[in-house]
Amino acid sequence: MSEINLPAAAEPVDPVGLKAVGIAAAIAVLLAAPFLASEYWINAIIVPFLILSLAGLGLNLLTGYAGQLSLGAGAFMMVGAYATFSLQLRVPDLPLPLALVVAGLIAGAVGLLFGIPSTRIKGFYLIVSTLAAQFFFEWLFLKFPWFYNGNSSATIALSRGLSFFGLEANTPHGRYYLTLGIVALLTLLSFNLIRGQTGRNWMAIRDMDTAAAVIGVPVFRAKLQAFAVSSFILGIAGALWAFAYLGSASVQSFGLTRSYQILFIIIIGGLGTIRGAYFGAAFVSLLPLALDWLFQHVFGGHVDAGLLQNIQKAIFGLLIIWFLIKEPEGLARLLGLQRAQGARRRLFPS
Amino acid sequence: MTTSAGPALEVRNVSLSFKGVKAISDLSFQVERREICALIGPNGAGKSSLLNILNGVYIPDSGEIVFEGEHFRRMQPLEAARRGIGRGFQNNALFSGMSVLDNVIAGLSRKSRVTLVEEAFRLPRALSQEKAFRARALDVLKLFDLEKHAETVVGTLPYGVQKKVEIARAIVARPRLLLLDEPLAGMNAAEKQEIAAVIARLNRELDLTVVLIEHDIGIVLKLAHHVVVLDYGRKLADGPPETIRDNPDVIAAYLGAQHAEAVA
Repeated sequence: MSEINLPAAAEPVDPVGLKAVGIAAAIAVLLAAPFLASEYWINAIIVPFLILSLAGLGLNLLTGYAGQLSLGAGAFMMVGAYATFSLQLRVPDLPLPLALVVAGLIAGAVGLLFGIPSTRIKGFYLIVSTLAAQFFFEWLFLKFPWFYNGNSSATIALSRGLSFFGLEANTPHGRYYLTLGIVALLTLLSFNLIRGQTGRNWMAIRDMDTAAAVIGVPVFRAKLQAFAVSSFILGIAGALWAFAYLGSASVQSFGLTRSYQILFIIIIGGLGTIRGAYFGAAFVSLLPLALDWLFQHVFGGHVDAGLLQNIQKAIFGLLIIWFLIKEPEGLARLLGLQRAQGARRRLFPS
Repeated sequence: MTTSAGPALEVRNVSLSFKGVKAISDLSFQVERREICALIGPNGAGKSSLLNILNGVYIPDSGEIVFEGEHFRRMQPLEAARRGIGRGFQNNALFSGMSVLDNVIAGLSRKSRVTLVEEAFRLPRALSQEKAFRARALDVLKLFDLEKHAETVVGTLPYGVQKKVEIARAIVARPRLLLLDEPLAGMNAAEKQEIAAVIARLNRELDLTVVLIEHDIGIVLKLAHHVVVLDYGRKLADGPPETIRDNPDVIAAYLGAQHAEAVA
C-alpha cells in the first residue's frame, strides 16, 4: 500500500501561480483594450458595458444577495448623476473623484430612506416602494429647475468635462480608464463585503429572514445597509452613465426602462453573483450587435432599425421568462462557473 | 453573569391564539439552570408555538416570560439572541445558498464588532475578526464531525447532516439557553444517539440550559432531567422523567387510550 503514498509522477502546476498569471493577463488586456479596439467600440460598447455592469453589481447586492426586490435602480442612478452635476456646478473646488464619492453617499442616503419600508414589507410589495422612488425622482428633477440649473433643454452636462486629479479624461481613452478604474475599485470593495459578515447577513436574510433574526442577525440594520450600499454604487454608475458615456443626460436617461434593464441584467447574468452583473451587461450590450450581424449575414440585408428593436425586446422577454423559470442563477451558472446544485435563488422571498 | 439564583426560565400564564383558535392556554412552568427540559405532547399541542414565543417570533396574548430574572411581556427575536437564547428549528431553517461554515458563522453575527467600511477595505480589525469567527465555527463543526462539509453548500447535504449544522449554528455564539425543535427527527438510531450525546455534553460542559421538543420517548426519558407534557395547549404533567412515564394522563394523551389500557 505504501506506493500509493508516493507523489504522482508530475508535480501539479501550482494553481496559485496559474491564477496570478491569469489575473495579470486579464489586467494587461483591460489596460491595452483602448489600443486594440476602435473608438466606436470604446464609446458605444465597452464604456456603457462597464457602467451597466457596475449598475448591475449595485442592484445585485440588494436583490441578488440581500433578497430585496427593487425597481428603483434608475432612480438611484438619477440621484447620483444629478448630485454629481450639482456638486461640480456649485462646489467647483471639489475634484471630480470626490464629487463622485459624495454623490454616491447622497444616493446611498436616499436609497436607505426608500429602503425603510423593506423592514415591514417584502417581495412584491417592496417593488411598490422602490417604484415610488422611480416616479418621485423623475418628477422632482424635472419640476425644479434648480436641479438642472435652469437650462432650456432640462439636461445636465459637466461644463468643465471630466478630469481626474488634473488629468483630462475627455478622450475616449480617458473615459475608458476613468470608468474602468472606478468599476474595478467598486467591484473589489463589493467582493470584500460579500465575503465578510455583511455579505453573510444579507444572504441569511435572503434565504430565511425569520431564522436570521432568531439566530441574531441584525435584520433591520443589514437590510438598510444593503439599500445604502446598493444605491451608493448605483449613484456612481448613474453619474458615469450621464457624464462618461452620454455626455449630457436628462431624467429620461434614467427612466423606468433603465430600472428594468438593470434588473434584467442581473436576472440574465445571475442573481447573487458578482460576475453575473458582468455577464448580464455583456449580454445586453452585445445582443443588438449580434442581431444586427445575424440579419446582415444570414438574411442578407439590412433590417429596419425599428423592427430590430422590437425583435430585441421580444427576445429579451422570452429570455427573462426562460431564466426565471429554468435558471435563476443566470449565465453565471450556465457558463459552469457556479456553485453546486441545490443552492437556488428565489427572486421572491417566501 | 446574572445575580439571581432563580430558575433559568419561567413561563407564567402564557396564552396564545391564532385567529381565535387557542394554541396555548394559561401555561406555566419553570426550567432550572443547567437542566435539560423536554417538551412532549401530540402534534398541535403548542410545543413549537411556545418556542416561538420564547424567541420572540410570536407574541403571546397574555402572560409573561421570565428569563434569568428579567421579565418580558414579549421577546424580540434579536433581543432574545442577544440575551443568549439559541434556537434550532423543526424543519431546517438553514440559509440554503450558503456554505456550512458560513451558516455557522452567521450565528456569530451579533458578536460582530466591525463596521461596513472596515470590511469593504479589509482593514486589520475586519480581517482578525473574520479569522477568529472562522476558527470558532470550525471548532463547533468539529464537535459534530462536520469539518469535511465546511465548504459545502448546505442545501445540497442530506437532512440528517443539515440538522447537525442547525444545532452547530445555534450554539456557536455560546447561548445560555438552547431551544431545539425536534433535533432528532428524521435521523437513524445511531445518529440519534450521537446527537443526544452531543446535547448532553453541551449541557454538562458548557452549563447550557436546554429546552427541547422530541417525540422519541426512549431518548427523552434518558436525556431529560425534566419533562413537561402538553396537550391541546394545556399542561398535562410536569416533573422528572420517572414520574412522567407512569402518569396515566400522559399515557392516555400521548400514547393513546389503547396503550393506556394495555399498560393497565
